[in-house]
Amino acid sequence: MKHTFRQVFRSGKFVVGFSIFVAILLIVFIYPLIVPDPPLAIIAQGTFFEPGIYVNAYDSIGASKYTLNLEGAAAKRIASKLKAEDRLAMKDWLVAYGIAEADIDIENTEQLLDLWAKNYDSKAKVAGMTNAKRNYYVRLNTSLQGLLATEAAVIAAKNVETGALEEKGKIAQSEYVNVGQVANVRFLPLGTDNFGRDVLTELVAAARVSLQIGFVAGIIATLIGLTLGLLAGYIGGRVDDIIMFFTNLFTVIPSFVMLILISFSIGQEHRGAFTVAMVIGFTSWVWTTRAVRAQVISLRNRDHVNLSKLSGHSIVYIILNDILPYIASYVVMALILQISSGILAEAGLSILGLGPRTTDVPTLGLMMNWAMIYQAHILGKWWAYFPVLITIALITFSMNLMNTGLDQVFNPALRD
Amino acid sequence: MVKSKDVCLSGAGLTKVYGFGRTRTLAVDHVDFSFYEGEVVSIVGESGSGKTTLAKMLLGLTNVTEGEIYFQGEKRDISTQRKRREYWKNTQAIFQDPFSSYNIFNKIDTVLLDCINMRGGRGFSRERKFEMMTEACSFVNLKFEELTNKYPFELSGGQMQRLMIARVFLLKPKILLADEPTSMIDACSRATILDMLMQLRSEIGMTIIFITHDIGLAYYVSDSVYIMEHGKFVESGSADQVILHPKAAYTQRLINDVPKIYEEWDLSTV
Amino acid sequence: MDMGKTILEVNELTTRYITRFGESVYAVDHVSLKVEEGKSLGIAGESGCGKSTLALSLMGYYFPPLHYMSGAILIDGRNISGMNPDDVRKLILGKEIAYIPQAAMNALNPTQKVIRFIEDVIQVHDYGATKRDIYERARALFEKLGLPASVLEKYPVELSGGMKQRTVIAISVLLSPKVLIADEPSSALDVTSQKMVIKMFRQLMNDGLIGSLIFITHELPLLYNVTDDIMVMYAGQIVERANAKAAVFDPLHPYSKGLMGSIIVPEEGLRNVKLAAIPGVPPNLKNPPSGCRFAERCKYVTPECRVTTVNLREIEDGRTYRCIFSENELREAYQNG
Ligand SMILES: Nc1ncnc2c1ncn2[C@@H]1O[C@H](COP(=O)(O)OP(=O)(O)OP(=O)(O)O)[C@@H](O)[C@H]1O
Ligand SMILES: Nc1ncnc2c1ncn2[C@@H]1O[C@H](COP(=O)(O)OP(=O)(O)OP(=O)(O)O)[C@@H](O)[C@H]1O
Ligand SMILES: [Mg+2]
Ligand SMILES: [Mg+2]
Repeated sequence: MKHTFRQVFRSGKFVVGFSIFVAILLIVFIYPLIVPDPPLAIIAQGTFFEPGIYVNAYDSIGASKYTLNLEGAAAKRIASKLKAEDRLAMKDWLVAYGIAEADIDIENTEQLLDLWAKNYDSKAKVAGMTNAKRNYYVRLNTSLQGLLATEAAVIAAKNVETGALEEKGKIAQSEYVNVGQVANVRFLPLGTDNFGRDVLTELVAAARVSLQIGFVAGIIATLIGLTLGLLAGYIGGRVDDIIMFFTNLFTVIPSFVMLILISFSIGQEHRGAFTVAMVIGFTSWVWTTRAVRAQVISLRNRDHVNLSKLSGHSIVYIILNDILPYIASYVVMALILQISSGILAEAGLSILGLGPRTTDVPTLGLMMNWAMIYQAHILGKWWAYFPVLITIALITFSMNLMNTGLDQVFNPALRD
Repeated sequence: MVKSKDVCLSGAGLTKVYGFGRTRTLAVDHVDFSFYEGEVVSIVGESGSGKTTLAKMLLGLTNVTEGEIYFQGEKRDISTQRKRREYWKNTQAIFQDPFSSYNIFNKIDTVLLDCINMRGGRGFSRERKFEMMTEACSFVNLKFEELTNKYPFELSGGQMQRLMIARVFLLKPKILLADEPTSMIDACSRATILDMLMQLRSEIGMTIIFITHDIGLAYYVSDSVYIMEHGKFVESGSADQVILHPKAAYTQRLINDVPKIYEEWDLSTV
Repeated sequence: MDMGKTILEVNELTTRYITRFGESVYAVDHVSLKVEEGKSLGIAGESGCGKSTLALSLMGYYFPPLHYMSGAILIDGRNISGMNPDDVRKLILGKEIAYIPQAAMNALNPTQKVIRFIEDVIQVHDYGATKRDIYERARALFEKLGLPASVLEKYPVELSGGMKQRTVIAISVLLSPKVLIADEPSSALDVTSQKMVIKMFRQLMNDGLIGSLIFITHELPLLYNVTDDIMVMYAGQIVERANAKAAVFDPLHPYSKGLMGSIIVPEEGLRNVKLAAIPGVPPNLKNPPSGCRFAERCKYVTPECRVTTVNLREIEDGRTYRCIFSENELREAYQNG
C-alpha cells in the first residue's frame, strides 16, 4: 500500500496534476477568508470595469499630499489622456493642412503636440472639412490647452449660507498621495462583470460550486455505476441481462440530450446547484457501469475468487473482499473522470441556459452564460470570460493528468 | 491399497464448450468416469487437454455444457447457495497456479482461518486456532510462525503452493481435486508432502483426484490413472497397467517424452 | 572447461527483503557465480531458498521490498550492481539480461493480442519503431523458433499452456539478451510441451540469440538434460556447484544428496519404495544460524557444524561445495548409509 502510494507520487504526470488541483482547492478555500465579500454582491454601477486598482477619488483629496518632482510626469499625463483616435484625428488635420505625412509620428506625444501647437489654427481653411469636424477640432484644441496648463486644480465647496463656491484648497500637478493612506482602495484584478460584480471573487466562488457539483455528480454516477457493474458482472445471467438492458437504453439516448431534457422539465425555479449535480450524476453512470462490468467479468473466474467460493463465502462477501479491492484503483480513476466530466457537463448546461437558477450561487457555467448573454466576447471584455475558461481548463486538465498518472502506475504496459 | 467399491464421484457424457462461433473450443468432450471412495486417481494429459476444465466442472465452479455428474450415487444438485456450500464442505481443491489463488489484499492467515471457520471452528479460542494452523503448516514443511501476518506476495511460489495444500489438512474433505499441486515444490519436500497426504487419505478415506503432468508422480501416488487428450480420456486403468504397459499411442508418446536421467533423452521426437 | 568468455560474473552478492515490520530477510547471501558464453547454468534447491530472489537480484533492478546490500554483478565485465534503476531498466533489462518470471505465462494481459505486448516491449527500447517493423521483426523471430506467426494475432487465452510459455520465451529474447534467466518456465507444462521448450532453449543458444542461460526448476531430470552446470541452493546460500552429471549422480553436500535421492522416475517397483525425504524445515532467513544452515536436518551433523562458519570448498574443475567434511569423508558416509 505504502509502496503503491510512493509509486503514484513518483509519477511526474500525477504529481503535476495533483499539485495544480491542490492549488485550485487551496485558493478556493483560502480566498474567501481573505476577501469575505458575498460573491454575487453588485459593487459597481455600470458594466465591465476594467481590471485594475480602484482608488477612491474623494478620499484621495483628503489624503496627505507629497510633492514629487518626477521627470516626464506631464508628458505621461497628457499621453494617457490623448486617445489613439484623437492622435489620428490630429494627424489627419496636420496632413490636410500640408505637413508631410512622414514627419508625423503619432506615438511620439511631445513631437505631435509640438507640431500641433505650431500649426493649428482654428480659422485655417482646410479642404474637405465639415462643420462638425471643424467643431471637433476646436474642442480638441481647447482640451489640449487645458491639459498643457500648469496651474493647480482648485477644490471648491459650496458655502452653506451663501450658496457660493469657495476655494478650499488646490492640488498641484506635482502632488501625490500614498495609495496606502487612502481610506478606500479596491483591487479588482479581473475587473467587474456585466452586473458590476467583482469577477475574481465570483470566479473563486464559482469554481468552488462547480467542484462541488462535479464531486456530487461524480460520486453519484460512480456509486450507481459501480453497484450496477459489480452486480451485472459478478452475478451474470438474468441480473446481467436486466442491468445491461437499461444500460443500453441509456447508451442509445445520448446522456447530454437526456440531461437537457430533464433539466428543462425541472424548470428554472427548482434547479438548485445540488439538483443539477444529481441530474448530471443520474445521467452519466452508464459508462462506469460498462467499464466496471468488464473488469469484474475478467476477475470473476480468477482462482482467488474460486477459492473464496470454496471457502463458503457469500456473494456479498466475495464482491466486497475479492472483487472490489482489485478494481479499486480503476474505480478511483473512473471517479476522477466522472468529476471532471461533471464539471464540464454543468458548464455545458449553463451555457445553454439550463444550469442552476441564477439567484443564489455562481458556477463556472453560469459565468460563461452571463458573459455570453452580455456579449463580453464581442465587446472585448476578456476578463469576464477568459479567466473562467482557464479555470475550467485547469481543473479538467489537472484531473485528467492525475488520471493518466494513475493509469501509468496501475496498468503498466510492461508488467515485469 | 484399500479400495472400497463405493463410487464417490462419477460423470456421464460430461462436456464443456467454451465460446461460440469461430472461437468455439470443445474443452471437455463427452467423458465418462467413476472415481471410487478412498481412491487416488491421476489425470494426466498435455497442456490444453481440458484437465483443469474438468476439475472446475467437478467442483461446480463452471457450468456443465452437457452431461451429468453424480455425487455419492445421486445426481449432484448445487442449484442454491446453501447446497453449494454443503457440497464444498465435501469437495475441495488445490488450484493450478498458486500465484493467482490468493487474494493479494488479505494476509495469508485469512485463508487458513476460513478453513477453520468452515469446519465449525468459528468459536475456538485464538490459541486453539493458532495451534491448528501451525499443525496444518507443519504437514507441508512450513513454519506457521514465519508466515503469519504475511501477504501472499511475500512468499515464494512453492510456499504459496504448500499453503494451499495445508488447507486440505484443515478441511479434511471427502474429495480433493488437486490441480498440479506440487509443480513448484522441490523434490524433497514433495516426497514429504505426498506422504502426509497419503496418510491423511488413509485416515479419513479421502478420494484424491490428482491432475498432473508428472508421470512419475502419477505412478507413485495413484491407484488408477486416466490419460486425457483433446478433451477425451484415451486410456484408463490401474497405474501399473497404464504407465508400465501403455496401450494407446498417445500414452506411449507421453511416457517416452518424460525426461530421463539414466538413458539418452531423445529431443528429436517433437 | 574454463575456456569460454565469461558473460556473467557475480561476486559475493547479498540482497535482502525489508519487510513491513522492518525486519530483514536475507534471501541471497554472499552468492558468487560465473557463467561462460554458450553455457547454461541450472539452479535447484528447496522451495523458498531464494532462487527467484537470486534471479531478480541478478538483473540489478531493485525495487522495494527487495534491496541491494553488497557484491558485484558484472555482465561482460560491466558492473551493473550500482546503477540507478532507470538506467538499468533502459539499458540492461531485455538487452543485456532478460528474465522470465515464475508463472510468467499467466501474466500475459488476457485482453491484449500477443503482438500488442511485443510492441510495448520493443518501444521501450526503440521508441521510433513502427508497427509494421515490429511485426516483421517478431514474425521473423517466431518463424525461426518454429512458432506459427498466427500466434501474434491471438489472445493469450486462445493459446495452450505450452504455446503460451514458448511465446513468453520468444518475447523475452526479442532484444537478443546476453543472459536469459528462466524461472520455472516448465513447471506448468506437460512433458511434451516441456520438451519443446527445452528444444527452444537449445536452439536459442545454438543460434546465438542468447549468450547463456540460467534455468531454475525443481524438475531435476529436466535440469540434468538441459544445463551444463547445476548449482544447488539452500537457505540463501550456494551449497554445491558441479557439472550436471556429477551434481545428479555424485552429489557431495548432504542436502544435494537428499534432493537427488528424491527424483521420481516412472519405472517398475517405484510404487513400493518410500521416497527419501529430509525431515524438518529450513532455517528462518531473518536470522539464519551462524554455523552450517543445514545442520538441523543433516544426518551427519557434528557439534562443530553448528558453530563454525562453513565456507565453500573448491575441488577440481570449479566444482564447489559447502560442508566441513572433506570429499572423501562424505563419500564414505554415504556409502555406509
Ligand atoms: N475461460 C476460457 N475461455 C475460453 N477457452 C478456455 C477457457 N479456459 C480454458 N479454455 C480452453 O479450453 C481448453 C482446455 O483448457 P484447460 O485449462 O482445461 O487445459 P489443461 O488440461 O488444464 O491444460 P494445462 O495443463 O495447460 O493446465 C484449452 O484449449 C483452453 O484454451
Ligand atoms: N516480498 C517479500 N518480503 C519478505 N520476504 C520475502 C518476500 N518475497 C519472498 N520472501 C522470502 O524470501 C525467501 C526466498 O523466496 P524466493 O521466492 O526467492 O524462493 P524460491 O527459491 O524461488 O522458492 P520457490 O521454489 O518456492 O519459488 C522465501 O523464504 C520467502 O518467504
Ligand atoms: Mg490446467
Ligand atoms: Mg521461485
